[in-house]
Amino acid sequence: MKFWKFPKKKYQQKELSVLTILFAAAFLALIVYLVVFLAFESESFINNPYNKRIDALSEKTIRGSIYANDGTVLAYSTNDEVTNEEHRIYPYANLYAHVVGFPVNGKMGVESVTNFELLHSHSNVGERLKHAFTGEKNIGDGIVTTLDPTVQDAAYQALGNYRGAIVVLEVSTGRILGMVSKPDFDPNYISETFSILAEDNESATLLNRATQGRYAPGSTFKLLTTLEYIHENPKDYEDYRYTCTGKFRSDGKEIHCFHNKAHGDEDLVDSFTNSCNTSFASLGLTLDTKELTQICNKALFNQKVPFDLPTEKSYFTLASDASDAEIMETVIGQGKTLATPLQMTLITAAVDRSGKAPRPYVIDRVVNDEGRFVKSLATEGTISVMSAEDASLLKAYMRDVVTDGTGRALNTDAYTAYGKTGTAEYNAAGDSHAWFIGFANQPGKEDIAIAVIMEGAGSGSSFAAPAAKTVFDSYYLK
Amino acid sequence: MTGVFIQTAKYLMIALIITYTVQSFLVFFRHHAENVKRILFKEQMVLIYLFLSLGFLSMTAYTDDRQILVLFGFTLGVITLIQLVYRLIYVHGSVLLCNHMCILFGTGMLVLTRLDQAQAARQLVIGAVSIGITAFFPYLMFKKQDTFRKWKLVYLIVSAGLLLLVLLAGKTSYGAKISVSIGGISIQPVELVKLLYIFFLAAVYYEKQTLRIAIFAGGCTVAFLLILAAARDLGAALIFFVIYVGMTYAVYRKWVLLPAAAGIVVVAMIGAGKLIGHVSNRIIAWKNPLSAIDDQGYQISQSLFGIGTGSWMGSGLFMGRPKSIPVVSKDFIFSAISEELGAIVAICVILISLSTLLLFFRMAKSMQDPFYRWVSLGMGICYGFQVFLTIGGCIKLIPSTGVTFPLVSYGGSSLLVTFTMFALLESFYITTKKKDSR
Ligand SMILES: [Zn+2]
Repeated sequence: MKFWKFPKKKYQQKELSVLTILFAAAFLALIVYLVVFLAFESESFINNPYNKRIDALSEKTIRGSIYANDGTVLAYSTNDEVTNEEHRIYPYANLYAHVVGFPVNGKMGVESVTNFELLHSHSNVGERLKHAFTGEKNIGDGIVTTLDPTVQDAAYQALGNYRGAIVVLEVSTGRILGMVSKPDFDPNYISETFSILAEDNESATLLNRATQGRYAPGSTFKLLTTLEYIHENPKDYEDYRYTCTGKFRSDGKEIHCFHNKAHGDEDLVDSFTNSCNTSFASLGLTLDTKELTQICNKALFNQKVPFDLPTEKSYFTLASDASDAEIMETVIGQGKTLATPLQMTLITAAVDRSGKAPRPYVIDRVVNDEGRFVKSLATEGTISVMSAEDASLLKAYMRDVVTDGTGRALNTDAYTAYGKTGTAEYNAAGDSHAWFIGFANQPGKEDIAIAVIMEGAGSGSSFAAPAAKTVFDSYYLK
Repeated sequence: MTGVFIQTAKYLMIALIITYTVQSFLVFFRHHAENVKRILFKEQMVLIYLFLSLGFLSMTAYTDDRQILVLFGFTLGVITLIQLVYRLIYVHGSVLLCNHMCILFGTGMLVLTRLDQAQAARQLVIGAVSIGITAFFPYLMFKKQDTFRKWKLVYLIVSAGLLLLVLLAGKTSYGAKISVSIGGISIQPVELVKLLYIFFLAAVYYEKQTLRIAIFAGGCTVAFLLILAAARDLGAALIFFVIYVGMTYAVYRKWVLLPAAAGIVVVAMIGAGKLIGHVSNRIIAWKNPLSAIDDQGYQISQSLFGIGTGSWMGSGLFMGRPKSIPVVSKDFIFSAISEELGAIVAICVILISLSTLLLFFRMAKSMQDPFYRWVSLGMGICYGFQVFLTIGGCIKLIPSTGVTFPLVSYGGSSLLVTFTMFALLESFYITTKKKDSR
């Protein structure tokens, strides 16, 4: 009973003070939490398509502009003084269609991702105060992208009339210099054309193929097959020999080299530079499928590629009990494997950067209407894709492709190019998509990496490699 | 021209409420002479009238709706009534408490008028009636001072009866049984039970403070909590529990009760989250509202969208979208204040509520009679904890508990009981406070 003995002192002053302090602390916690939310978290939280309030901001703000990395205006708004109606103008029409996107009809591209910033103003404080009283609109902040107009234009031209995509990025930083997807559209008229484009599933014009298009990687996949072979035969992979007759048969499945060409006696480098399907199908049957899957997962298959714009996951699967036919197809990049151009660009960038791919980004910073820096949105970082030794080995192989193999289109003295072509068959008639992935360097300039996919064009070496050259030329020869 | 007025009004309102808030704490921290205090309180009155006038007039200017002027007139009327009743009948009461009632009720009216004029009109009527009723409290206290402490069985039986009534005849809304419909009017008996329960505890503890009594009170509390849990009214259950712990701690002076209670709350929350679907939904919504934005997280996401988009200065009245938050006029009225009047005003509202709570505790402290001291303390805990729960739920500090903001949120039962609590506090204060503090 002693513990519960009621105290003699009549007034519970101390207990009241304790309760007061506890409650005061709880209330201060409310204030601190609210202040922290508003100061640090609210901007990213409220920039959500469910927040209809953001669209209401456009009643007070003229949507800001979007710029290329040299200040070229890619999108801007005009405000009609009389009707107070805004018009969004894209001076380059189709050229930046997918990457810059549009702010209406569900939104797309940079316009969608930076909707909140474009509708917020950090213009001159005095101006804003004045506008608050006069009811005039403030000018929203601008977004500076990493896009390089020269590269973008070259990539756009290089793709020609083919459907497909080109991604170009700066290897050291991950800045996207060019991103083209075709077929394209003119964002100036998106309100009128959206419903037609959205329903056309055959051409999928609104799909940004550079980040969301998924293609069989074809021979570009041989990078990873080669790696796995070297991992399993670290001492004697240089002794690999194969005699190509243009055909290889196992498990009732026949694999052909391109145009049934017989490449003759080859070692591993020759097989790689000639992009010899039969040689790879044969060595593929010796590989450990589990190990190969691990290599692929590390190379960003089956994973979300971190990027400012929406991306699709690339896909790779090879069960341990897979049939010979399936293995033969898979190791030459056919079969069920699907890759996005952005992911393939990152693999080649990793080869150039000792195995570490840069985290790609296209949105660099926010500036106010006078161009003054407001904040950085650049997301720098690296993704480990392969070991440094693996990267330097593949780098040598990819150089041989340009000097002696299927990538000779890129052999020039002006810069040093590396690459791998791919020809991915997509139907029984043997029609194929043309792939090229690679990178280049020139002293005094940044290294750039590229992925080119041209749907139904034919062979990688005669279509995609020259397209890549056009882009490299635009960057290194200007 | 209208735009200039509305914008000027917005910034002026922020300046006015900041001044008011600063003054309401100055009174605490400095021992001013009586006449200085009196001037301060008069200034506060002017600030309240100006603040509300600017708000109502800019709404009228924006919408061109004359009905807002009518509501404005009646709101000023009720506030003036509060001032008259407390200055004339509650002589020597706390003027600061009276001012706080006015600004909190007035701000609630302002936002309710913005959200739903029909609700605002009903709120005014109930407010006026409540003030009318409370005008008789000092007389009652004078006559029956010694009777209230003797009715402990009455409090217990009426409370239990009302709770069972809710459980058996209550309507379910948002997963909880809260209201009972009598003759077409929906009332929430739990609000009244809170007050009765505080009286019950104080009466029991006043008689004896033995372990047996503490266990008896605890047993009654557990029974109440079980009924509330059966009605799925977890917010109210939490309030009852905290009142019990707070009052028992103050009476028995055992600090160990506090950490023990905190532990029980955490365990109970985890248990309830596992067992009761409607609680686990609220916990999901709290942890990551955006992940369940179509579903459980919708309400809290909209609340945070509103607070975040309104930012420090607010969107301005009628320029935000507070109505996209479900039950905004009750559980989420704080979010509406923050969205349209701005987070600065919202923070001032938190501070004014804190000042009100400090007054509750301070006035309780000054009472010589332990029964009335404990009732006042219980009412303070009840008020403070409700404010904490509702605001914490709006800003996602804690999971939403469906508790309303006393004096500010729409709701007749809650308004009547809260006005009653404030009036009781004042009447206890003027009849029983120590002579030296008068
Ligand atoms: Zn061959």
